[in-house]
Amino acid sequence: MKRIVSLAALAAVLACGTAQAQMSDGVIKIGVMNDMSGTYADLTGPGSVVAAQMAVEDFGAAAKGLKVEIVGADHQNKPDVGSNVVRQWIDRDKVDVIVDVPTSSVALAVNQIVKDKNKVFLVSGAAASDLTGKACSPNTIHWTYDTWALANGTGNAIVKTGGKSWFFLTADYAFGHALERDTAAVVEKNGGKVVGRVRHPFPATDFSSFLLQAQSSKAQIIGLANAGADTTNAIKQASEFGITKAGQNLAALLIFISDVKSLGLQTAQGLIFTEAWYWDLNDANREFAKKFAARNRGIYPSMIHAGVYSAVTHYLKAVSELKSDADGKAVVAKMKSMPTQDPLFGKGTVRADGRKIHPMYLFEVKKPAESKGPWDLYKLRATIPTEEAFRPIKDGGCPLVSG
Amino acid sequence: MAVTSAPIAAAGRQGQSWSHVIAFVVMVGFFAIAPLFIYPLFLMKALCFALFACAFNLLLGYVGLLSFGHALYFGWASYLSAYAAKAWGFPPEFAILTGAATAAVLGLIAGSIAIRRQGIYFAMITLALAQMMYFFAVQAPFTGGEDGIQSVPRGWLFGLFDLRDQMTMYIAVLTIFLACFLLIYRIINSPFGEVLKAIRENEQRAISLGYKTDRYKLMAFVLSATFAGVAGATKAIVFQLASLTDVDWPMSGEVVLMALVGGLGTVFGPVAGAFIVVAMQNYLAQVGQWVLVIQGIIFVLCVLLFRRGVVGELAHYLRIRL
Repeated sequence: MKRIVSLAALAAVLACGTAQAQMSDGVIKIGVMNDMSGTYADLTGPGSVVAAQMAVEDFGAAAKGLKVEIVGADHQNKPDVGSNVVRQWIDRDKVDVIVDVPTSSVALAVNQIVKDKNKVFLVSGAAASDLTGKACSPNTIHWTYDTWALANGTGNAIVKTGGKSWFFLTADYAFGHALERDTAAVVEKNGGKVVGRVRHPFPATDFSSFLLQAQSSKAQIIGLANAGADTTNAIKQASEFGITKAGQNLAALLIFISDVKSLGLQTAQGLIFTEAWYWDLNDANREFAKKFAARNRGIYPSMIHAGVYSAVTHYLKAVSELKSDADGKAVVAKMKSMPTQDPLFGKGTVRADGRKIHPMYLFEVKKPAESKGPWDLYKLRATIPTEEAFRPIKDGGCPLVSG
Repeated sequence: MAVTSAPIAAAGRQGQSWSHVIAFVVMVGFFAIAPLFIYPLFLMKALCFALFACAFNLLLGYVGLLSFGHALYFGWASYLSAYAAKAWGFPPEFAILTGAATAAVLGLIAGSIAIRRQGIYFAMITLALAQMMYFFAVQAPFTGGEDGIQSVPRGWLFGLFDLRDQMTMYIAVLTIFLACFLLIYRIINSPFGEVLKAIRENEQRAISLGYKTDRYKLMAFVLSATFAGVAGATKAIVFQLASLTDVDWPMSGEVVLMALVGGLGTVFGPVAGAFIVVAMQNYLAQVGQWVLVIQGIIFVLCVLLFRRGVVGELAHYLRIRL
């Protein structure tokens, strides 16, 4: 079955014979798989395909004699659909590298398949820090962010900028507990204090009683240890209760630019959180964002899109140096040995456990009066330097580095 | 009256079984050659869902009970099967049996509560129980929450066949599917199955004839849950993972759609329905963000144009039973 109908975009067709002959089947095939229709569609979705295309064009693949092809697929947030697509991509369509893949259950499944088949997996969308922890693989690089980096960045930087007392609003399941535990540890380590916590059912729609508890705790910071609709619902209701106007700040531990955009500045103002990249940080980012938005229905890039761009760029560099994309382990080893360098994330490195490291940033959502445009959403509160931004390599329990 | 109608009934049954035999041979023939031109993993997934849909159809198509919580048995069987294979090191055949047994027990508990009510109340009770167990799966540590149970070993079937080989796995799944399919067929056409159909047509009359309908309904419920469990447990071994997707309520909805699209109360309908739905999910994955829109349009067309389902319409057109 040849699948013809696809998002597939032939990014660079022209090739001069020599270099291409050494690629497996002559083409570097990039498979971008993510959620194209559900909750993460604006955050990842078709935008990630655009980012990958831009990376291939900016790299000048055609001029360097590399033939690159990009295919896209929607895993619908189902691990079995994702696993089926990836196996078929690798076995039949000769895809060499899988990119993006939000939703931790899908990413972990893909991680295993790519390892078994010795291809390359560049994670930008998924948050699970296990990907460079106990599930780490010699074929996987976790590019943009992870839960540890978000919890650490938010906890650490807020305490340092004066938010000493915390109250946690936690989704009552394993993910929420882990997020709360990690953040609380960072807060206390930096001299902050956790004055209280409340667990809400997952998923929840009515947060009023929990928010009232948080309000009466008089904590400076209300930490939202939840995700997705729970986080946005909690923020909306907190805004209705006037919690931020009364002086308390909300800190979201897992939120993205698409969420902030859809909440609107009126509701989200004052919200504090950590991200790996923001379009308005410097000129290179702004230029990228403008070009990107023109090709992506006017939607500005998220940090995940930027991560896809950066990861694909570095992958192409490694492959063109190696002159081969056949052995996934060798490509990833090459990617780890070369320093990374691209316009969006600047200089960086990939650690032995597969963690790409770079600075993280603590942002605060602007007040409506401060915003100068529809996508002018954040102001920078603090920068978390590279060496502090990610989990220390020895704490992850990754079998690749322990032995 | 019994004397005159007996030959007609016998002739009818004979015609019916002929069309079934032919359809069965066609189906087996298709599955035998399909891996040559269709990706085997996709076929295995479709077979697991086909078995799931057949199990569901046993309840809705033949007893008239609309369970809206079948993901419970499918999903929990896949969790237990994955856990048994990974944590306890069970060989695949025992892992699948563990899953099926789990589903049977859950079916017995949920069934004995739910069959006391009828119609929408029955559906709501099954949904409520399934959601209860869904939240348990979200919270319980052994299910891995959102991450699910990953990298489950496929292992060696009976210690002889290496299931890591794609074709060996396919043959194993096909064998499981065909065995269960024939068993379900046997159940439907047994005296027990006749009583089930009688309950579907008119439960009051079945009671007045002296049948303890509750027991029959419970038995059918447990059987349906068990087969759904076999399907879920096999899927866990095939994909080497078990996740929340399989216990969540959209999965209960999906199986209803499979049975509806294929044809309710037909033997082969759910198989066709499962293939159509799974094929849409997989092949439309390449169309990106349009998957759900296209899926929706196809369902609307099915409801408007093929009320009896694909196989049901075909059978109606050919004037046979399938």
